[in-house]
Amino acid sequence: MIPGWLRSLGKVLVSIAITMFGLLLVTFVISRMLPADPVLAIVSDHASEEVIAAARVKLGLNHPLPVQFLIYIWQVMQGDLGISLRTNNPILTDLAHVFPATLELATWGIVIGVLLGVPLGVLGAVRKDSWIDNVIRFIGLVGYSMPIFWLGIMGLLIFYAKLDWLPGPGRLDFGYEDMVTPITGIMTIDTLLNNDTEMFWNAVSHLILPAALLGYYSLAYISRMTRSLMLSQLRQEYVLTARVKGVPERRIIWKHAMGNIMVPLLTVIALSYGNLLEGSVLTETVFTWRGIGLYITDSIFGQDLPAVMGGTIVVGFVYILINTLTDVLYRFLDPRAR
Amino acid sequence: MSNTVSTGWVIALTPPQWRGWLLTNTPHSRWQARAGRAYLGWAAFARSPLSMLGLAILVALVGMAIFAPLITVYSPVVSGDTVADRFLPPGGDHWLGTDAHAWDIWSRIVYGSRTSLLIIFMVAIIAAPVGVAIGTTAGYLGGWVDTALMRLTDAFLALPKLVLALAFAAALGAGMENLILAIAITSWPPYARIARAETLTVRNTDYIAAAQMSGASSFRILLGHIMPMCMPSLIVRVTLDMAGIILTAAGLGFLGLGVPLPQPEWGSMVADGRNDILNQWWVCTYPGIAIFIVSLGFNLVGDGLRDVLDPREQ
Repeated sequence: MIPGWLRSLGKVLVSIAITMFGLLLVTFVISRMLPADPVLAIVSDHASEEVIAAARVKLGLNHPLPVQFLIYIWQVMQGDLGISLRTNNPILTDLAHVFPATLELATWGIVIGVLLGVPLGVLGAVRKDSWIDNVIRFIGLVGYSMPIFWLGIMGLLIFYAKLDWLPGPGRLDFGYEDMVTPITGIMTIDTLLNNDTEMFWNAVSHLILPAALLGYYSLAYISRMTRSLMLSQLRQEYVLTARVKGVPERRIIWKHAMGNIMVPLLTVIALSYGNLLEGSVLTETVFTWRGIGLYITDSIFGQDLPAVMGGTIVVGFVYILINTLTDVLYRFLDPRAR
Repeated sequence: MSNTVSTGWVIALTPPQWRGWLLTNTPHSRWQARAGRAYLGWAAFARSPLSMLGLAILVALVGMAIFAPLITVYSPVVSGDTVADRFLPPGGDHWLGTDAHAWDIWSRIVYGSRTSLLIIFMVAIIAAPVGVAIGTTAGYLGGWVDTALMRLTDAFLALPKLVLALAFAAALGAGMENLILAIAITSWPPYARIARAETLTVRNTDYIAAAQMSGASSFRILLGHIMPMCMPSLIVRVTLDMAGIILTAAGLGFLGLGVPLPQPEWGSMVADGRNDILNQWWVCTYPGIAIFIVSLGFNLVGDGLRDVLDPREQ
């Protein structure tokens, strides 16, 4: 008899595998429908028939498409995403190099989003339909509707160019970037490990604007979901009972109701974290933040399609992983969902 | 009672004739009943000032697109004097100023509304029918068809949308058709999920059984009896998604994967003005405001529609 947890684990792995299969199918189709001939990218225009044929074999293009797809899956599973045409490095190495920057940005973004979004959502639910509720909802609505890249440019214009309160694009001041010994690749941790407080505050000052931007973006969703989850709890009879018994309102909200919405709320937060990883593509471009998003857009302009696909696969993989883990967490924490 | 007050009051207080006709309990035709339902929905929608604001924005957007030649002086694509008319600040003849190509920004924003509407419209009429066809088929037929189609949908749903659209657009190359295709390919899965859920709720009802017994084919049942039931929640979802479509399209345009110059598109206008932001802030600022307002409009209308058509969500 297979134990229950092992079966659940198996189900999770199968679901990740199926979704990854879908993702790889999509990236495979995209790379094969290219108008440009990949052979011409590595041989010269005047190459002889034999050279072209040899290149074709080398790239595996002589096999039928389904076989090519299986080879493709095999290579990706081994971490072989190909060689970047732009940097000449293995794409996975490049991506591992830039990934911590994206992680750092998205993490600070979600921290800001949660710290502001949850209390705002609760406040909106408690004061339902009051002016403050309307203001909070409007703030969220504006966040939903805002083109994030434009807001980033405006932020730079106001806080960097006009007021000079915050530094410009990049992760550190110009010329500083090479002075920090990379350990984790996360600037706010590396500078501390290097015992360089000045550099640490420099890194923090560079983080403020892009992280606030991503934070606002996730706040919109988090506060809205918190509000509606909280409202559904405050309508319940146990809340009425607690009020009748004279339990302080603060305790009813933060202890009783919050305890009940914790699990779905964690799901919401995890989902917006996944969305931030993705949403950082535009933010990184605006702030010249050397993360995975900027790597993808740079690769697009450098006509480096293998690198674009590699970036897509890695972002997709992390995204799928977060979504699946959230699902597992939900089942684990909430017995009703089992 | 109305006899005792003056005639002017009577006119103001008595609901007009058409209202009674709309709200009658004994409609004489199917059409009259439908009109009555629509009127009630509209009344509920119009009660929210924010929904009406959203609607006003969308009406203004459509008006802009239709009457573009009437409300602009300059051509959006023919530049002025490339020396004298470059980077003119807002004011005077050029309301919102001119950009690096000596194009009038107001004209480009106005004509850009046509681009935006076309993109939204095309994405919606490609993605929604695909999603509905997949969702209703899966829900109605059930069994392995359901499993296979929903696995596919879930796989697509679990993929990062923006990055995927980016990859598609990058592979297909810049251009309007490719942009539309890239967004549509990543937009259909939620519609399939909604359509399937709606199908499951009506699949075992008596009226479907009646249709089956009178010999209607699966295709006919799907098209004539199930798909109409999916419409309310689908319309809400599509409207809510339109804000997202606008933002995705603008984002791709900003990254240079949108509509090539000189055709006006708001996202690429923002990108175009980005390098001159320090001295010529207006080039980049106004198109961004346009994107924001339109996306806000769609969100407001979508929220309003959801409250009216789909009260379960409240």
